[in-house]
Amino acid sequence: MAGWLVRRLVQAGFVMLAMSAIVFVGLHAIGNPVDILISPDADQAERARAIAALGLDKPLWEQYFFFLRGAVQGDLGRSFVFNEPALKLILGRMPATLELAVTAVIMSVLVGLPLGLFAGLYPNSIAGRTVMAGSIMGFSLPGFWVGLMLIMVFAVTLGWLPSSGRGTTAELFGVQWSFLTRDGLRHLLMPALNLSLFNISLVLRLARAGVRETMPLDYIRFARAKGLSPRRVVFVHVLRNILIPVVTVVGLELGSTIAFSVVTESVFAWPGMGKLIIDSINVLDRPVIVAYLMIVVALFVTINLVVDLLYTVLDPRVRLGGRA
Amino acid sequence: MSDVPTLELRDLNTVFDTRAGVLRAVDGVTLSVGRGEVLGLVGESGSGKSVTGFSIIGLIDPPGRIASGRIRFQGRELVGLAEPELRRLRGRHIAMIFQDPMMTLNPVLRIDTQMMETIQAHERVSGAEARSRSRDALGQVGIPSPDERLSAYPHQFSGGMRQRVAIAIALLHNPALIVADEPTTALDVTIQAQILAVVQKLASERGTSLLWITHDLSVVAGLADRVAVMYAGRIVESGAVDAVLDNPMHHYTRGLIGSVPSRNRRGHKLLQIPGMTPSPLDRPAGCAFRTRCAAADAACETEPALTRPEPGRELRCFHPAHGAVAA
Ligand SMILES: Nc1ncnc2c1ncn2[C@@H]1O[C@H](COP(=O)(O)OP(=O)(O)OP(=O)(O)O)[C@@H](O)[C@H]1O
Ligand code: SF4
Ligand SMILES: [Mg+2]
Repeated sequence: MAGWLVRRLVQAGFVMLAMSAIVFVGLHAIGNPVDILISPDADQAERARAIAALGLDKPLWEQYFFFLRGAVQGDLGRSFVFNEPALKLILGRMPATLELAVTAVIMSVLVGLPLGLFAGLYPNSIAGRTVMAGSIMGFSLPGFWVGLMLIMVFAVTLGWLPSSGRGTTAELFGVQWSFLTRDGLRHLLMPALNLSLFNISLVLRLARAGVRETMPLDYIRFARAKGLSPRRVVFVHVLRNILIPVVTVVGLELGSTIAFSVVTESVFAWPGMGKLIIDSINVLDRPVIVAYLMIVVALFVTINLVVDLLYTVLDPRVRLGGRA
Repeated sequence: MSDVPTLELRDLNTVFDTRAGVLRAVDGVTLSVGRGEVLGLVGESGSGKSVTGFSIIGLIDPPGRIASGRIRFQGRELVGLAEPELRRLRGRHIAMIFQDPMMTLNPVLRIDTQMMETIQAHERVSGAEARSRSRDALGQVGIPSPDERLSAYPHQFSGGMRQRVAIAIALLHNPALIVADEPTTALDVTIQAQILAVVQKLASERGTSLLWITHDLSVVAGLADRVAVMYAGRIVESGAVDAVLDNPMHHYTRGLIGSVPSRNRRGHKLLQIPGMTPSPLDRPAGCAFRTRCAAADAACETEPALTRPEPGRELRCFHPAHGAVAA
């Protein structure tokens, strides 16, 4: 178990190293941030000073080396634009994104799982077929378009929900959260729904497929032959089994949901990391971009670890590290 | 009262509505199992044995349905009974054991969960009592240190041990009837013998009737009181085990006996029944066995009626054979 954990962390370290190198080289190839950051009519001396101040006068490998040396000490560089530590900048925006992504994932389970169970138990009913047809839309409609439509309908036409921002927030553990206030929740609802649409469809289909696969198995027949109520058969015997793939996929999707929140945050002007990263890419603010990607990788690794641990809880046949 | 059989099937028809047509899986089956009696139901794969078993316990799912016929359990009609009523019988008065012990227990639930829920589905008892009864039941089927094993998961048991757990679950409520659908087929010969011994002992101690489904005549010979031979959805011959095995009259029964390997015939070539079981969608009219029967003639193109060639025996054949199957 301990060996397994260490191995996973070392792997994660290598991924982060490789990724930071790729980003360094890639951004260097795309363009020079100096051209964007410094006003075109600045003179040569001013230009040289700014370049030196940002450390961009050194060769790329040396810049990378400085970055690595800082990184092991927890310093991911200062933003060219805000002149603040990149890490602090991102961590400041992270709660908003996490709140949005976690709400979206919870919504996808709360909506997708019951619908999927229903569609699996009654595959030929009209309601079951409708649910399945709806899930195709959830997969194929582009997120930004759905977001705009939601705003058109619920914010502009009906005026039920606000279309942008986090609304009133309240503090918990020294961080501001929207979900703690009524107004914040109203602001959270539409972007979270927008972000969860894909995952709702995914969970729904997984659950439906799981039910269809599990119902004819011998152990379900045996459970029924014992005289159990249909409710116990479905909610204990079937659900426990389909929870294994659902939890795995939903857990792993949390990472991509965080990554995809970029689009939703832009549409709903949600002040999270996604919006920050779009702005940073526009001005080639390399420290922020690198730091963001490092944090996203770290999140992915952590999420994967937690999912693996959950998996062993849900499926007694699985043992970590390959030893029974 | 005591002469009411535990189970009585009358002209049972269970069909599946498939795209290719109506599949008659069970085609007019009549049989009965007396109190404490063991009836062996034998036949080739696809002859409709399992469908008969599931019909009895009320677990035929669409596209399947019981098209007609009667199922009487202790004199009570089960066909057409509402689902909640059936559920009260299932697991309590009629239990079932399945073929593949690797598949009959839910892999993600502990043994105690799967046993206690069976008790609590039918009786209002405390968790502690359900647990102690479960432990006793595990002990009775010969599972060592049942107290510890209760908290284990199915994958921590061998196939034979899992089948013992399934038997323990089936016996929890002392059912009047157990439908055992080839419960030893998937096991090694030695394990098979142990399981048979356990079931035989517990069933006879408690007066439980058994409908023992198998395609293995040697199992039937040692276990059953009577045997019914099934072919293409019909019972073609039935009677006391010794009478049928010593003097099989239906040509299909003779073929089955001829294909059983036995010690005193070692070295002899095993007889195979020529040909294949006809597709249930496309059965020949008349005797369904006539495409494979050496004694078939024009008469066999009409349905053979049920006859009683000897007391206690029933047969559907125009040209019954006599005497033991030659070695
Ligand atoms: N759910 C189903 N849908 C369609 N046909 C079915 C279904 N279940 C069983 N059948 C058909 O019913 C017939 C009888 O099957 P059954 O399972 O009772 O055979 P069996 O005698 O138990 O065979 P085996 O020894 O292989 O278990 C077969 O032709 C089978 O194809
Ligand atoms: S009825 Fe005819 S075909 Fe059928 S078993 Fe008897 S002899 Fe053979
Ligand atoms: Mg079968």
